[in-house]
Amino acid sequence: MARRVAIVGTGQTDHRSHRPDVNGREMIYEAVKRALDDCQLSIHDIDAIIIGNMDHFESINYVDTWSVEGSGAVMKPIMKVTTGGTTGASVAIAAYYHVASGFFDKVLAIGWEKNSESDTTAAIITCSDPVWDRAFYSGAIPSLATEASAYMKQYGATQEDAARVAVRDRTNALSNPHAHLRKPITIEDVMASPMLAYPIKLLDVCPRTDGAAAVVFAADGVAQKIAPKPAWIRACAARHTYSWFGDVDYNAGLLSLQRASKEAYQRAGIREPADEIDVAELYLPYSYAGLKWIEDLGFCGPGEGPGFIRDGHTDMGGKIPVNPSGGVISTNCIGATALLRVAEAAMQVMGKAGQRQVPDVEVALATGFGGCFWSDVLILGKARP
Amino acid sequence: MDNIAIVGVAQTKYERRKKDKTYYDLVFEMTKGVLEDSGLTLEDIDNVITVSNDFLDGRTISSMAVGEAAGAGDKNISTVEGDGTFGAFYGAMRVLGGFNTTLVVAHSKGSEGDVKHITNGMFDPIFQRLLGLEAISASALQANAYMDRYGVREESFARVSVKNHANAKNNPYAHLPMELTIEDVMASQKMADPIKLLDCSPVSDGAAAIIIANEAHARKAKTKPVWIKGIAHCAEEYFLGDRDLTNPKSLRDAAKRAYAMAGIADPLKSLDVVELYDAFSYMEPLWLEGLGLCNPGDGPKLLDDGITTMSGALPVNPSGGVLSSHALLVAGLARIIEAVLQLRGEAENRQVEGAKTGLAHGINGPCGQSHCVWILGTEK
Amino acid sequence: MATERDYGELLTLTFSTPMPYEWSIGKYGSLFFHEIRESQRFTGIRCPQCGKVYVPPRRLCAPCFKELDELIILPNLGSIMAFSVVNYPFPDPATGEQRPIPYTYGCIKIEGSDNIFNHVIDETNVEKIAVGMKVAAVFKGKEEMQGNIQDIRHFRILG
Ligand SMILES: [Zn+2]
Repeated sequence: MARRVAIVGTGQTDHRSHRPDVNGREMIYEAVKRALDDCQLSIHDIDAIIIGNMDHFESINYVDTWSVEGSGAVMKPIMKVTTGGTTGASVAIAAYYHVASGFFDKVLAIGWEKNSESDTTAAIITCSDPVWDRAFYSGAIPSLATEASAYMKQYGATQEDAARVAVRDRTNALSNPHAHLRKPITIEDVMASPMLAYPIKLLDVCPRTDGAAAVVFAADGVAQKIAPKPAWIRACAARHTYSWFGDVDYNAGLLSLQRASKEAYQRAGIREPADEIDVAELYLPYSYAGLKWIEDLGFCGPGEGPGFIRDGHTDMGGKIPVNPSGGVISTNCIGATALLRVAEAAMQVMGKAGQRQVPDVEVALATGFGGCFWSDVLILGKARP
Repeated sequence: MDNIAIVGVAQTKYERRKKDKTYYDLVFEMTKGVLEDSGLTLEDIDNVITVSNDFLDGRTISSMAVGEAAGAGDKNISTVEGDGTFGAFYGAMRVLGGFNTTLVVAHSKGSEGDVKHITNGMFDPIFQRLLGLEAISASALQANAYMDRYGVREESFARVSVKNHANAKNNPYAHLPMELTIEDVMASQKMADPIKLLDCSPVSDGAAAIIIANEAHARKAKTKPVWIKGIAHCAEEYFLGDRDLTNPKSLRDAAKRAYAMAGIADPLKSLDVVELYDAFSYMEPLWLEGLGLCNPGDGPKLLDDGITTMSGALPVNPSGGVLSSHALLVAGLARIIEAVLQLRGEAENRQVEGAKTGLAHGINGPCGQSHCVWILGTEK
Repeated sequence: MATERDYGELLTLTFSTPMPYEWSIGKYGSLFFHEIRESQRFTGIRCPQCGKVYVPPRRLCAPCFKELDELIILPNLGSIMAFSVVNYPFPDPATGEQRPIPYTYGCIKIEGSDNIFNHVIDETNVEKIAVGMKVAAVFKGKEEMQGNIQDIRHFRILG
């Protein structure tokens, strides 16, 4: 029988574009320390560790063994889980199974990236197939641009609609002391920012960030003793649907997210996501995703994303606030990014989100996005499942 | 722990260069092969773990190349980067955590990259990498420390190479089956003192897969289930200079926990066969010490006394071990597979008669910084 | 615990050693490039179960999990499904050199195929490109070809 699992503590660095003051291990340590402090545990209480990032962003092979100083894994079990942009969520799901399986009672999940240590675009283009795609694949932006232009053509969404998503997230970031970009922007600013790849402009996309996140998971019975109000894992699901960029059907929506969220809703017993989920931390690497992917998540119908955003349903105080943390458009330390979504969702459930707290959160959703249009989904809740 | 079992295995022949096959081909063939072995269909599999390494594959998000080939298009999936024993451990966790069946598949093609560059990449860029440390030179440091500490002679290491390459002659999947003498090993090219060419494992291309199932689904498989009795992993310090390279303490810790889980008090008595990660000849005796099968420093004696030979009380690496076939990442999964074949009684010419309890072992990081230990058995 | 110690200039270390690779193109892939060099034409492969045609040819159809074997010759013509003019600089991983910008990244559906082929389009004026436009492959001279994706120089817009 699988055991119930809850998140009992979270920690993150103060995210910056460049952290020349720390090496990778030291940066990881900052997040781990904060997570342990958050739940008043010491590293000696931790039974196992899972870590993830993207190898070529720092060019470190075997990050699990390289990290032990910072991750605290000396004379502990440590495992590396890595799945591209979804890494942080995949690490969280792995932490869940470490505990649910009964092997470990208290485990630490770590995601991190020092994007400043390499040319991120040069590193990411090597994710494309070396034989078929690499000579022309030029990073994440053009493939996202392809998705965005297909969506605009299909439903008549505008660049201003997308800009509204960027403005929402960047405004929310003003309430998050850890966020990387904390400067208010307007729709006009987004529209006037340099065009990177039509229709995506500079302020539509996430930054490159140095940062780390750490989350402590604990078993039923142990969790309640550590945290008075732990965030229970209600469901997790992942779909890494495609292996080839050429197979992605941009008109069908984000298939992996449709499938993974459907499975997660089923496991958590959620029928009306927009009504039953109180807050969502979504891995939206660019503004257009904030229109389209909420349709794939079933927050609204196909083509209704722009209206849903315009009506303020995803704003703080709205029906289902999205990205109170400021999201990925404000902070993007890639291997940590999806784990930050999980951490922020847990903080919301635990009532520890400070200035960015959504009142009375019972259920929270976190997602990861990466690879070849892949999705990971986690649902957290206040009630023990 | 609920009963879970390995119900299917598949591995390629290990060889220098599989020029005709992409990673995708290898993973597809293993997926197909492991389903055939188990008698299950892809519909019976509810989740997949792939094992790959971005440095080895020369590709960021190396898992992207193989998810579809593993049949995971619409299944829950994740990827472990590290030895196959670690990936398989996560696969086992997922079965105990609610899934029915996990397919675990690992691939590697050492022939396509530069393994020295790749293993150089596990050393710290600021303090170690520019020195040129890589797997062979670092291991030479460990072998030297081991000899120095316990007065072990190079001939003892050579004897391991002779035994394992000879065992490999009984393994149709092995890369380097060889009839060697101690003199051959001693006279082979000096790589990094005291390690000579024939003390080193080859760089092989290969892939492997297993299926782990819960008890209900194990019954659906046509194979004789091999039950997972205990698994544990552990890491020690990173910098070589921070470690006592002659004392594999993280292995000791992992072995202790795996034995406890399996209810084993005296491993030398309880185990019938061991498949361990001997990337270099000196590693076999050192890991045997870490596994608690003898006192520190007595590892070489186990072979001298004939205990670890095919006819001994505890045969070690009947397959020929990693010394005879070394596809990185895959090699640990191959250790599990070899143990499974032994316990099923299907190891053919390399069969250890009546084997009921087996141990499989894998490593991550420089000089065995992190170890994973599996105990498998024929009985629930 | 704040400390006022002076650490001097914070240093970083540059590591730029390239990692060489030799990737297998595989059987069907090799055949695809041979066919381009010999006959300047595309090869696809059909799934016996769902009938879907993939280009370049691959070993299996993922949704059917079926091995493929029926090779078919395809025309060098296609239509633009999506495109993007890329305006930001970055180094080419093959050479380490900065690629000239702007250039246009295209998703092209080759006539007779069911998946999307990725390549570049030799038009960087957004006003002159539209989804649905017909394009034709332009190949390098036979003697310049090296058996890789750059043997196709680019796709040219037919209108
Ligand atoms: Zn098909």
